Amino acid sequence: MASPKSRPRDGYPGRALAFILVITVGLVALMFGTGHKTPRLGIDLAGGTSITLTAKSDNPSAINKTNMDTAVNILTKRVNAFGVSEAEVQTQGSNTIIVNIPNKDGDNEQAIKDIGQTAKLYFRPVLALAPTGALPTAPTASPSAGATPSASPSAGSSAAPVPPSSSPSATKAGRAVTDGLKADPTASPSAAATPSTAPSAPSAADMSAALTQGTVPPELQADFAKLDCSVQAQRLDYQTDPAKNTVACSFDADQKVWYKFALGPVAVEGKDIDKAIASFDTQQGAGWQVQLKFDDTGSKAFAATTGQLATQASPANQFAIVLDGKVVSHPYVSQSITGGNAVISGSFTQTEAKALANVLSFGALPLTFEMSDVTTVSPQLGGDQLKAGLVAGGIGMILVVLYSLVYYRGLGLVSIAGLVVSAALTYAIMSLLGAGIGFALNLPAVCGAIVAIGITADSFIVYFERIRDEVREGAPLRPAVQRAWPRARRTILVSDFVSFLCAAVLYLVSVGKVQGFAFTLGLTTALDVVVIFLFTKPLITLLARTKFFADGHKWSGLDPKRLGARPPVRGRRRTSASAAKEV
Amino acid sequence: MSRFSNLGHRLYQGEVSFDFVGRRKLWYSLSAVIVLVAALGLALGLKLGIEFEGGSVYTINKPGLTVSQAKGAADTILKDTSALVQSTDKGAIKIQVSAEEQLPAATFIAELSKDLNVTANEINAQVVGPSWGEEISKKALLGLVIFMVLVTIYLAIAFEWRMAIAALVALIHDLLITIGVYALVGFEVTPGTVIGFLTILGYSLYDTVVVFDTVKENAKGITRQNKRTFSEAANAGLNQTLVRSINTTVVALLPVAALLFIGGGLLGAGTLNDISLALFIGLAAGAYSSICVATPLYAQLKEMQPEMKTLAKKVAARRAADAKAEAERAASGEAEPAEGEEADDDETGIVGTRNQPVSRSRTKGRPSGKH
Repeated sequence: MASPKSRPRDGYPGRALAFILVITVGLVALMFGTGHKTPRLGIDLAGGTSITLTAKSDNPSAINKTNMDTAVNILTKRVNAFGVSEAEVQTQGSNTIIVNIPNKDGDNEQAIKDIGQTAKLYFRPVLALAPTGALPTAPTASPSAGATPSASPSAGSSAAPVPPSSSPSATKAGRAVTDGLKADPTASPSAAATPSTAPSAPSAADMSAALTQGTVPPELQADFAKLDCSVQAQRLDYQTDPAKNTVACSFDADQKVWYKFALGPVAVEGKDIDKAIASFDTQQGAGWQVQLKFDDTGSKAFAATTGQLATQASPANQFAIVLDGKVVSHPYVSQSITGGNAVISGSFTQTEAKALANVLSFGALPLTFEMSDVTTVSPQLGGDQLKAGLVAGGIGMILVVLYSLVYYRGLGLVSIAGLVVSAALTYAIMSLLGAGIGFALNLPAVCGAIVAIGITADSFIVYFERIRDEVREGAPLRPAVQRAWPRARRTILVSDFVSFLCAAVLYLVSVGKVQGFAFTLGLTTALDVVVIFLFTKPLITLLARTKFFADGHKWSGLDPKRLGARPPVRGRRRTSASAAKEV
Repeated sequence: MSRFSNLGHRLYQGEVSFDFVGRRKLWYSLSAVIVLVAALGLALGLKLGIEFEGGSVYTINKPGLTVSQAKGAADTILKDTSALVQSTDKGAIKIQVSAEEQLPAATFIAELSKDLNVTANEINAQVVGPSWGEEISKKALLGLVIFMVLVTIYLAIAFEWRMAIAALVALIHDLLITIGVYALVGFEVTPGTVIGFLTILGYSLYDTVVVFDTVKENAKGITRQNKRTFSEAANAGLNQTLVRSINTTVVALLPVAALLFIGGGLLGAGTLNDISLALFIGLAAGAYSSICVATPLYAQLKEMQPEMKTLAKKVAARRAADAKAEAERAASGEAEPAEGEEADDDETGIVGTRNQPVSRSRTKGRPSGKH
């Protein structure tokens, strides 16, 4: 075994070494080539605000991927609406959304506030409305345009497609009432045809007062007069108390005009909507519409309110659908809509109808978010944390290196080289992943990387100790290196597998900080295997061919004498070993 | 250092041997006491961080700002005295406001920056919903359970179910001790700490697996000889890996210690500290448990197997015979150093699968049971 014939048993260490060096150099080159020279930093290291939102629902099945994605879309729009660039919104785990807003101009407060308001969807009766801000001069010319506040999403109407039998189930109150209204849902939208309001649209001068339709309740008058929806800062959510009157803004996309509304107390909550779908009205050819279905509570409230609204004069016969304080639609009501089904029809395009249905569905899920964690880190603290992490990592690395050198001497150099390769690979991969999959290095991830120094060094130790065991047995170094490998390999694989399993499970079930940590740990554990197979083992194989190591130089860390072989035994072993060589 | 290497050698050869497995009752009672104390600590309750209670923390970095100034400002803003104001190791001021205050963070920051004359940018804020910690813990617990199930299955397949059980017991033992230390010392439990706890999982098992691997190797074909029992083989394996275990633990602890003392020291308490502190305690406990709990327990479970019982009997019988022969030889004046032979036996037992004599020309020690 120890004979020169056994040479192929060494394998071709040069190839493996060349391979990993090519990989390392390639990754580093790619890193520089693509310009992603540093890992992307997380909010806690770079400064900024990180918001964790957790979905809450009484109905666990409502928290599903589709709904979460819808939520991410809406949140992304919201954040971007406030001009925060580079903000990222992503789901984590099954029920968590993380919003990271980098600290750009230090004014993230509005964004935080806005995000914090989870999608609240309310149906409120319209009390009064008026255009605000600078009106285009055109409106004066076209009185018909004045109709548009209501025209686009014009009428609401309904019918109850109540199950034929409408079984005597009095349990469903909504349905019980609807018996009289069994009409075909599409048959009744008579109301849809009547976008009645026609504000006389006078000159642009002081339209706020002149253009106001309806009666603004006394307590809102000041607020209503003051509100200028064309100013972004004023487009806030004023719905502090659902039971009170409030004001709200709305943008009319057709007219490109902002409207302000005075609204009554919440009549129906969005969570009382069972579902909303956009559909094409084929029977009447009225175009795209949104069909709504309420649950029991919603049906009752809706029936009551529509009944009342239908008796009002415009604009108080409108129902404002308010999402997060903004009126998204305000259809007319011409008759009491019982039965829990309603149709919002108007001159929708397919996209508009779908968007509205989405909004309604989203509010209807009911998927609400709780702001679980909001962390604002100043760039200064972020920098400090990064520095502390790096210093700690550096010192940890130095300590490990020193220990390896003192204890393993020449072999220690191998472990240092291994750590360096490992560090280079980790750094390059992290940098590339930052660009590739948006991996951001946060503080726990830095911790994970530092802890990984220990894991990587542990693998070396397992192998070194096995080699030393073989040397203690009296084997010459080259066979010892080969013989130690299979067992060291198995130990390393088994234990690394356990570590990796831990990291993988953590990554899959956890969120936020924990996930960053688990990711790094998993990555470095995987790299550990790569490094020990492709770097450490081949390197030691090569070194075992050198005189310095093979003869057990006292600085090699493999000195049989130092390893404690008693001189007489050693002498004999030596002889037999060299005798074996001559075979 | 060389003396330590020497110890490694002597441990390996079995010249020096700590009877870890034999003294299992001692370890068990020691562990039982520690776990009991830990449980007692747990019963007293953990000190939960803001993530679990809900509320907000504002940290202000401004040289010269005193606690009383900050407290005054906070009280003015809140219109009560509920805010908890502390200075951190690094000289920053930390203001903790409970969730009941219902004051938007932005407002608080704005007021603070006005009152204390610092820019809003210099104030770090963290606002946490009361159920966030619970959410994290729930997920952590889920992860823990999934991991334990998977790892048990894996160990049971890769090794055997007895090892899986022993490893699992050691793991739970480590977790209990770590959590117990937290409870007793009153360290704050934060999501960072939870991360630390979870990492202990992987690490504790890493250690145990390394030891088990050697024990398994050592006990290969053990029933085909009659010189030592399973427990003795396990103990020998443990002693052989002792140096390795110590080294891996030291090396694993060094970076964590750097994180704990240097990283944490630079910043005062924070995520770095939270993770590394839990890790530090857990790693130390993990090293102890892999040697003193997992292996003895495994040996104990193993000894319950009928073939191991038979082996133990065979070994006892052989020893009795040897002792008798020895006594006779001594009586007849022949002085053979029995010890050297013993050492050889151990060694060859370890070599096990090797099919070529490496060095020894002495033939005496070749066990017949070799294959």
